[in-house]
Amino acid sequence: MTTPMTISLSVNGERVDAQVLPRLNLADFLREHLHLTGTHVGCEHGICGACTVRLDGEIVRACLTLAVQAHGANVETIEGLSDNGELADLQRAFRDRNALQCGYCTPGMLIAAQDLLKQHSEPSREQIREHLSGNYCRCTGYQAIIDAVEVTARLRRSRVA
Amino acid sequence: MTAAREKPEVPSVLDRPNSYIGKTVPRPNLDRLMQGRGQYVSDLELPRMAHVVFVRSPHAHAKIAGIDTAVANQMPGVVAVVTGPELAAVITPWVGVLSHLKGLKSAPQQAIAVDRACWQGEAVAAVVATSRALAEDAAEAVLVEYEELEAVTDMRTALNPQTPVIHAVLGDNLAFERIHDAGTVDQAFADADEVVETSFIFGRHTGVTLEPRAVVADWNSAEERLTIYQGSQAPHMVQNIAALHLGLEERQVRVVCKDVGGSFGIKVHIYADEMATYALSKLLRRPIKFVADRVESFNTDIHARDHHCKGKIGVKRDGTITAFEIDDLTGIGPYSMYPRTSAIEANQVVNLVGGPYVTMNYRARARVVFQNKNVMCQYRAVGHPIACSVTEGLVDLAAMKIGMDPVEIRRRNLIADDAYPCASPSGLRFEKLSHHASLAKLLEMMDYDRLRAEQAELRKRNIHRGIGIASFIEVTNPSAAFYGVGGAKISSQDGVAVRLDAQGSVICQTSITEQGQGSESLTAQIVGSVLGVPMERVRVILGDTDNTPYGGGTWASRGAGIGGEAALQATTILRKNILDVAAAILQSTPAELDIADGAVVNSSDGTSRIELSELARIVYFRPDTLPPGIQPELMATRHYVPREYPFAFTNGVQASWLEVDTDTGFVKLLKHWVVEDCGTIINPQLVDEQIRGGVVQGLGAALFEKCIYDERGQLTNANMADYLVPMSGEMPDIDVGHVVSPTAESELGAKGAGEAGTAGAAAAVANAVNDALRPFGITITEIPLTPQLILSALGRI
Amino acid sequence: MKAAAFAYRRATSVDDALDSLAAYGEKAKVLSGGQSLMPAMNLRLISPELIIDIGGIAELRGIAAKGDVLHIGALTRHVDLLSSPEIATCAPLLSKATAHVAHPAIRNRGTLGGSLAHADPAAELPACMVALDAVIVVRGRTGERRIAAVEFFQGIFQTTLSAEELLVAVELPVAQKKSACFFHEFARRHGDYALAGLAAQAVIEDDVFSDLRLAFFAVGDRPVLAGAATTLTNTAVTPMLLSKASEVLSKELDPQDDQQASSPMRRHLARVLLAHCVATLLGRPELRGGGV
Repeated sequence: MTTPMTISLSVNGERVDAQVLPRLNLADFLREHLHLTGTHVGCEHGICGACTVRLDGEIVRACLTLAVQAHGANVETIEGLSDNGELADLQRAFRDRNALQCGYCTPGMLIAAQDLLKQHSEPSREQIREHLSGNYCRCTGYQAIIDAVEVTARLRRSRVA
Repeated sequence: MTAAREKPEVPSVLDRPNSYIGKTVPRPNLDRLMQGRGQYVSDLELPRMAHVVFVRSPHAHAKIAGIDTAVANQMPGVVAVVTGPELAAVITPWVGVLSHLKGLKSAPQQAIAVDRACWQGEAVAAVVATSRALAEDAAEAVLVEYEELEAVTDMRTALNPQTPVIHAVLGDNLAFERIHDAGTVDQAFADADEVVETSFIFGRHTGVTLEPRAVVADWNSAEERLTIYQGSQAPHMVQNIAALHLGLEERQVRVVCKDVGGSFGIKVHIYADEMATYALSKLLRRPIKFVADRVESFNTDIHARDHHCKGKIGVKRDGTITAFEIDDLTGIGPYSMYPRTSAIEANQVVNLVGGPYVTMNYRARARVVFQNKNVMCQYRAVGHPIACSVTEGLVDLAAMKIGMDPVEIRRRNLIADDAYPCASPSGLRFEKLSHHASLAKLLEMMDYDRLRAEQAELRKRNIHRGIGIASFIEVTNPSAAFYGVGGAKISSQDGVAVRLDAQGSVICQTSITEQGQGSESLTAQIVGSVLGVPMERVRVILGDTDNTPYGGGTWASRGAGIGGEAALQATTILRKNILDVAAAILQSTPAELDIADGAVVNSSDGTSRIELSELARIVYFRPDTLPPGIQPELMATRHYVPREYPFAFTNGVQASWLEVDTDTGFVKLLKHWVVEDCGTIINPQLVDEQIRGGVVQGLGAALFEKCIYDERGQLTNANMADYLVPMSGEMPDIDVGHVVSPTAESELGAKGAGEAGTAGAAAAVANAVNDALRPFGITITEIPLTPQLILSALGRI
Repeated sequence: MKAAAFAYRRATSVDDALDSLAAYGEKAKVLSGGQSLMPAMNLRLISPELIIDIGGIAELRGIAAKGDVLHIGALTRHVDLLSSPEIATCAPLLSKATAHVAHPAIRNRGTLGGSLAHADPAAELPACMVALDAVIVVRGRTGERRIAAVEFFQGIFQTTLSAEELLVAVELPVAQKKSACFFHEFARRHGDYALAGLAAQAVIEDDVFSDLRLAFFAVGDRPVLAGAATTLTNTAVTPMLLSKASEVLSKELDPQDDQQASSPMRRHLARVLLAHCVATLLGRPELRGGGV
């Protein structure tokens, strides 16, 4: 129980080798071992969405994933997805529309929004609300976030067209 | 106004070219938040930092017979296990009373409970270890022997003789009582054609900030200085209180507030476990981090709005409201919160009921009673939601009683827009409000008549939609009348220092704080506008008692109105100083010069004369080239406090359009509207977003949120699956409009806007539900309006 | 809220997992998707000594139709159920239901096997298994057992799975022609646990139910296969008959009282669901308000 296990994984494209206790969850691993504090902890029981990251390309709750389960996986956090530009247009829309206030939900919200836009290029406002229904925001009341995602979807479609 | 100090002649900032005032500009420095590179307290790591976990009482009321820490002390990673008596040697207790709330009484509260735990969740011991997980392991091994005591858990019986008195020294469980009697209420009810009486019940709820409360306290024993990293809204208040109770001078305490993951008033109070964390750092001589987990947050973050309020309204057949009367009961925790007290919310309820209306007949009684439940204190819109829900609920009942449209009764009773200045029957002084203009704008925005027609049409098909209107007034920009007069060391003034740096950019230090509402942006917008420099060249420093002027911080919607005015005044002086130097350099006069786009220009034709960067170079590095006798001063500080009006009142009106499924009791929020008059608007988008965020908190209160206690004082839904916060799927779009009535007290004319959304949203929803259910002849006066409550009222279950 | 310490093993095969379970019994917990297990552990509601991670066992994955039977491996994630063409064709009830399970991030990890073994009375998938007359395939060291769904769920978080067995798959009949399904739940917010829900599978011939399985959830300590369905089977459904069925339903349900909803509330919602279901399946909207 107190014996650390060796894990090896990719985080934001970088190879990471670490010794972790089994009980360490992925959110705490990212924040405390790798000092990637952009993944936030809000509830530790999987409800608020603040800890949303991408694991092998799919969004997951980092607080409900053990670090040892991420062995051999490809983890992407808000820092990586910002640096590689994948979220750039969404972030621009968030800024212009003030779709963040305190910023605590924002990393999870951006990653969840991007997850939607990768699956649906023309989501309705209701679909956006539904996809983000697992991400808690106390500051914005959500409307600005929906607006920003909607605008981004439209811009992406027009770029492709 | 500010006759006592020099006032250089300058066009109002609102008229200057390239002014940012009234413009929607994106907030600066959002990238770090969007990239996950913010600095929240929970992100902070310091050398030798240890983590504290509190052992918390599982009982609502119990004597602490003994605490055995022997096993816990031996567990891996444990640095110390500290009990209440041990910590009492380091930090003194406090009492949450203010002298201007006559009769308010409360017992001393310790950082960690000493003899007795008085609510389920109160800390009884602290375990400090090298990680949170190890501290939690050890906390499980701390053996506390409790002798359970009878718990006071029903506010309605808290004052009964048979109910145990929580603090014997206080004599009873009454914390505070206020009686107000204005006009001739009994006569007014006698004169009324109809009198309606009902009882309102408000579910206790809490802030649920996404970032839980977190503190890193760092006592440096060599420097004898305590640095507190905390997401507080009022860092100077924290500085004062930490120093006071730890036996330090204020200058030995520094409070640093970086990024804060939501506050809404939750993080403006002084919490026992945070005080304990400061004390532990001092005791153990190393940084200590406390991050509340979500369950702790539910159990110990302040709760709010737990009220039973009886309301009565008298109305004539022509719609004239003759009187309001309330009897409000609120059940707080076992202690009045420190230092703002847990009586303010009830006091505000008394102040605000009936506020938008002309009747001068008003009687109120408010009683605040102690309970063995979590502590309660100010949370966004303090008291306004209760007052508004009661007032607007009574007005709708009066309208129904006389068969009048709810809009019409308001038209006949709202204070006229040209009736100012005037005062309310509770003594509130209004400078200039716009109830009628706001209502007219609201009706236009929502197309009220069309919605009524739609409602009628759908009713024929057994689809029940409702419209609810709620007018409100809101307290903003408070002066010392709120807290200072009662003896609290809570500053009601704020200060801003601005200086030109050596490259001609502006460094601005302000005592207001940022939790995401846009304090940094509004400050930069004002400084940039007044001075004449692009916002990108203004750097704003806030949230650091070592590096900002002394001030109150951000709460009660005072940041823009008070901090903004200080920024305006300070920058006005800096501008004058720059022009004085420029005139000397250019052999001109200040009146012939202006500053625009980062350069000194001719005021006549805008020709650029000298860049600020060049002026700064000369001043800082080549003063030898300046004309004789000149001592340039490129830094200015100004403080501002409202003097004329104790509060700058704003007003607004909200409407809710919703559908009630009478088979299931489910409410679907279709749309929401707000018209708000907050005076001069600095950044329209930021104001509208504050309103939207505030509305959704009110919608949560109306339909979802409630701290559910059982009769033993156990909080039974202390997690996010069972305490229901509003999520995106159920929230409507919210349209926001404005009327603008600036305050003449300040040059900026800005009042506050942060809480308006929360003040009226629940009232609008409750009125809408009752409007929808009008054909069934029922009125529900309890929130949250759960499906179960609605189905029960309908007699379906 | 940090989980208490535990040891962790990645099981390499079903047998390997079973060996660990045999050694530890009640002191071990199987980690599948972890979306129910991890919250409980973070809250320290449970503190197992050993976590057996079965996530790498390839044998437990896969959706395959073999003749009349659809075989779904226990590690099939909710998101896999949603996106699977076989599920959409052979068991559309599961597609409908899974959209209501929590939120996308949860669905990317949570598994069918995990949901069934967890047996939350308010969960969607256990009820679907009952409605679909599924067989739960369970393996222990002594061999495989096949348990009808309606017998598998025994109570709140209780199933007939022993501490030394592993749920490996479910098998359910491929939807025939003329079969139809209905799914609805009443939840306060998107993704919340239901206050009451209904998963229904029917065979309809000439506007008559020749087969009807109504599996209610969140109205008892386990999914309830409503006897009221027999009232509606093999006969023309009239408003009066629906009303009678609703009465029967009301009597056979014994919902729990809790802070989310009272017993009468859940009973009432179940009746609303029944009417809604019958009206939808038969294409007769006028029946929608019936019997309540």
